[in-house]
Amino acid sequence: MGQSRWARDWPLHLMVWTGLAFVLVFSYGPMIGIVIAFQKFLPLNGLFGSKWIGFDNFRYIAHMPDTSRVIFNTVFIAVMKMIAGLIVPIVIALLLNEIVVKAFKRTVQTIIYLPHFLSWVILAGILRDVLSPNFGIVNDFMAWLGMPRVFFLGDERWFPFVLVASDVWKEFGFGTIVFLAALTGINPVLYEAAVIDGASRWKRTLHITLPGIVPIVVLMATLSLGNVLNAGFDQVFNLYSTVVYSTGDILDTYIYRLGLHNFEFGVATAVGLFKSAVSFVLISVSYLLAYRFANYRIF
Amino acid sequence: MVQRRTAGELLFAAANHALLAALALLCVLPIVNVLAVSLSEGYYVTAGMVKLWPVGFNLKSYAFVAQTTEFLRSVWVAVQRVAVGGALNMLLTVIVAYPLSKEAGQLKGRTLYVWLFVFTMLFSGGLIPTYVVVQELRLLDTLWALVLPGAVPIFNVILLLNFFRSLPKELEEAAHIDGASHWQTLAKLIVPLSKPALATIALFTIVGHWNEWFSGLIYMNRPENYPLASYLQTVIIQRDMMVTADPSLMAQLAELNNRSVKAAQIFLGALPVFCVYPFLQRYFMTGIVMGSVKE
Repeated sequence: MGQSRWARDWPLHLMVWTGLAFVLVFSYGPMIGIVIAFQKFLPLNGLFGSKWIGFDNFRYIAHMPDTSRVIFNTVFIAVMKMIAGLIVPIVIALLLNEIVVKAFKRTVQTIIYLPHFLSWVILAGILRDVLSPNFGIVNDFMAWLGMPRVFFLGDERWFPFVLVASDVWKEFGFGTIVFLAALTGINPVLYEAAVIDGASRWKRTLHITLPGIVPIVVLMATLSLGNVLNAGFDQVFNLYSTVVYSTGDILDTYIYRLGLHNFEFGVATAVGLFKSAVSFVLISVSYLLAYRFANYRIF
Repeated sequence: MVQRRTAGELLFAAANHALLAALALLCVLPIVNVLAVSLSEGYYVTAGMVKLWPVGFNLKSYAFVAQTTEFLRSVWVAVQRVAVGGALNMLLTVIVAYPLSKEAGQLKGRTLYVWLFVFTMLFSGGLIPTYVVVQELRLLDTLWALVLPGAVPIFNVILLLNFFRSLPKELEEAAHIDGASHWQTLAKLIVPLSKPALATIALFTIVGHWNEWFSGLIYMNRPENYPLASYLQTVIIQRDMMVTADPSLMAQLAELNNRSVKAAQIFLGALPVFCVYPFLQRYFMTGIVMGSVKE
């Protein structure tokens, strides 16, 4: 059997290894490169010629005044996005679910899914224009209403909230998909029985619709836990500027500037390792919880 | 099911329609505003007269952008990237997903293989070590730096793997009894049966490669190697690069409104996504549901 099994199955192994080769080089290779975090890394000396300095890079980070602020910004922005990014799609999905006119529902869906597919470069270009304090249409509108003009992207008090709002703007439509799918999965017999029993529309929502989507809400909330240190590099990098670093600088942008602008490779890698390690624990825990309590499996 | 609708229910329905229509407008109005700016005469743009409809309609900004060598060159890089990167992604997604869709008993080491792939979704070496690997392999300033590091999109592999598993097992067994090899089964049976799923993944892959800007920014030292997304990032967001170095075009630029030119660049950058979107929309509902909700 052993011989014939290999004779039959070797193409399957070849297929896997073709893909695995790329993953080993470009995903596991960099994991070896994490040793940079414990070195005074100089590109000229290479990975194994650079000087080993133990935990000095980590001590350096711990003493840098920016560090705690960056970690706070990251968690603050990420958690607000997680909460808003869960609640808004649920509410919109429930409202969409109440629409009886198919054409209207489809049109709304088509429009609100669109921003998800545009990159943050494009959307940031649009936002920088419409949010401009001088000529942006948003401020023009606010001025028309008699409100003061606001420099949304250049005011450190506003910036984190602009990030959350614009992230919701981009993703809420796409986020409704999974909840709409759960809503269509609710057995229609339940509604028919409720109507016969004289339940109002609101009662039906409260006692059938909401309990029907609780499992998927819990699952999505659990899976989002892994994002506590993911405040959204693409978005922040394309919207921020030096004037909003105090409230808008996050771990990923910090790592980028440390590594690729200041060429402090060791320090940047150490911050990156901190982020990867914490995220690894968070993602693992969230998947484990989802598996235990929602029977969720990714494969 | 015919129901009596109370006054309260009718009121709710009206408010609900109004709210959702307003939300949909909120999603498109900023885009419409920028489109209007790109199509308007510079004078009216500066005067703040352009809202949602072009004033002094013209295509001068587009004509200008389409003449700049920097723009055209980056479009060409982006096209190459989409073609090469997309083809590589699709090939690897299919040939990795197929063996991994087998049960552990059917493929020796399947569990280990799956974990080797999935682990990379949970933990990564981070920005600097990845950069060092790409640099050490002498890939900087080549197209390969843009397509090889993400050659195996694990998330898509899982989507497709789950789709393969939903196909009737009997078909594959019948093929094997008829003496088909694994390659033949995959190419002649599994792939044709998976066309909708493959179409979904292909569209996502194309849009993903077109939109991706960061790897171009860090792996390309010379701006002439930037794909469009990276070029747009530098001219629209960072503004640290000149739109053109061509003297005759610079004179033309001076007569145009800077905002209109940027708006035109934004629009041209998003145009392929708008073109692909109707197809995407037709497919992605099934694609997303296929991946996230399963028994």
